[in-house]
Amino acid sequence: MLLEMAANGLEDRVAVGSLDNGLTYRQLFEQAGEAAGRFRADPGSKVVLCDESSPAVPVALFGAAWAGMPYVPLNYRLPDDDLRSLAERSAPGVAIGDDSGAARLEGVDGLTSVRRSTFIADPSGESATPESGDWSMDAEEIAVLLFTSGTTGAPKSAVLRHKHLVSYILGSVEFMGAGEDEATIVSVPPYHVAGVSAMLSSVYAGRRIVQLPKFDPDLWIDTVEAEGVTHAMVVPTMLSRIVEALDARGGEPLLGVRALSYGGGKMPEPVIRRALDLFPITNFVNAYGLTETSSTIALLGPDDHRVAQYSDDDNERARLKSVGRPLPGVEVSIRDDEFNEVAAGVVGEIFVRGEQVSGEYLEKGSLLDNDGWFPTRDGGFIDDGGYLFVQGRNDDVIIRGGENMSPGEIEDVLLTDTRVKDAAAIGVPDAEWGEKVVAIVVTHSPCEAAELQELTRSRLRSSRVPAHIVFVDELPYNDTGKLLRRVLRESHAHLGDDRGD
Amino acid sequence: MAELKPGARFQSTVCTTEVIVVKGAGEAELTCGGAAMVPAGTGEVAGEPAADAAEGTLLGKRYSDETDTIELLATKAGAGSMAVGGAALAVAQAKTLPASD
Repeated sequence: MLLEMAANGLEDRVAVGSLDNGLTYRQLFEQAGEAAGRFRADPGSKVVLCDESSPAVPVALFGAAWAGMPYVPLNYRLPDDDLRSLAERSAPGVAIGDDSGAARLEGVDGLTSVRRSTFIADPSGESATPESGDWSMDAEEIAVLLFTSGTTGAPKSAVLRHKHLVSYILGSVEFMGAGEDEATIVSVPPYHVAGVSAMLSSVYAGRRIVQLPKFDPDLWIDTVEAEGVTHAMVVPTMLSRIVEALDARGGEPLLGVRALSYGGGKMPEPVIRRALDLFPITNFVNAYGLTETSSTIALLGPDDHRVAQYSDDDNERARLKSVGRPLPGVEVSIRDDEFNEVAAGVVGEIFVRGEQVSGEYLEKGSLLDNDGWFPTRDGGFIDDGGYLFVQGRNDDVIIRGGENMSPGEIEDVLLTDTRVKDAAAIGVPDAEWGEKVVAIVVTHSPCEAAELQELTRSRLRSSRVPAHIVFVDELPYNDTGKLLRRVLRESHAHLGDDRGD
Repeated sequence: MAELKPGARFQSTVCTTEVIVVKGAGEAELTCGGAAMVPAGTGEVAGEPAADAAEGTLLGKRYSDETDTIELLATKAGAGSMAVGGAALAVAQAKTLPASD
């Protein structure tokens, strides 16, 4: 329905690709129809994608919706065994991929392999005029299945039904609101929930999509300039690298980008502050959401960013570390261990409720409680202005001597030292305390562990002072911008037995 | 007359208001508190905003003209209010944001 509206309203405007050779909305619509015919003709029931960004992505996404089948983008960066097991869970169906994707899914029962290049050239699968049929309009049907990051345990399939996605788009995007001169760069992979919403909202708004299959900060900057990109979405590690690359080129501000949105993980304050200088007239948006909520539930808007950048007031400046205020139609509640709501400023677990909150997993059914509230398992608090602060997954809490500590609190203090580029605080086993704090730090310029320990001692309770500081070249992140704390805990567990510095 | 180019910064001469141009093309008669705005860092601040141009300019807000061809982001608040060619600028309406675009 969203694509049909766009095709009727925008016809010959380019939907995906460069202005000179991209796919128009009408062409995208026609190809989605052809793809739908092929999908319906196949005995399978899902459309799987095992590939990087390419024009095949929107055709497959809309074709699947047309045919009434779930679209399942897989993380092609996973190790072979993990990928195959996700593919097996998704079969039977059609799997679109490049040569390497197809090779890795070889032999998975029930999956018909289609090469990306073949699919792009002929989505209909050369069957003689396959029946596209009517666009399936059942809002309850599953539109997309996204395997969640699995940073804790095996990936679960988050279910996004059409009603969730449509309500999200209608609630946050203006139909054909984009001018012809607008273009958005998508550098997040297709299996990231933001990649799916970017596709849908760009098409609905009529904003041309420029795809960057592999992220590289210099390539990103060059593409933005060459393609006249006006809108971008990045994860925090990408922004950090873009800021570094811009500074390496001389620190000239980029003035052509009108809007830059980010999310997917915690944004280090020094990075966003520098970005506000390097993109001085850009509208920054921090979008907080989870796969299970069809993307955004709270937003820190452009004005909030600029006020935080220029204000002398500490509370206003501190809001740069928040994820903003809940979107219209979304309710947020902070609850303690007994599920009672807590007062402003008090830390608890973040619960959400609203039309776009699916909260549903195929394997477990709905996790919504009787009143429709979804437990995010993120800890956080709301300030007295209604701004939501996220402290990180509850699973990442460090418990030392019976005291709960959020890693974020310690990381924020470490980041105030200008020599520190990135920091992670984890707990490792300790015979005396249960767990003790270890900080793993990346620096711009050399500094002593003792100095950083003194810094935390001066700002926080002594229990939060890291027993060890480990200096590394970089921290491990996955493609969707999440810090892999489990990896850090495993690789530093050996520090758990000795007695500290 | 001010040359309005994206990225250019201006200051008021009668209050603390400072702005950066988000949208704009060409020359315009840009005033704050009734007095012509000058490139940031080049003018002294003295006196008071004119009584009919003292609505105030708020930090972090974007201000635009009726046709939405000129948009200025306030990087410092001030007592004066801005106008282009005598027509007062208003706080730009927030368009529905592409939240996760």
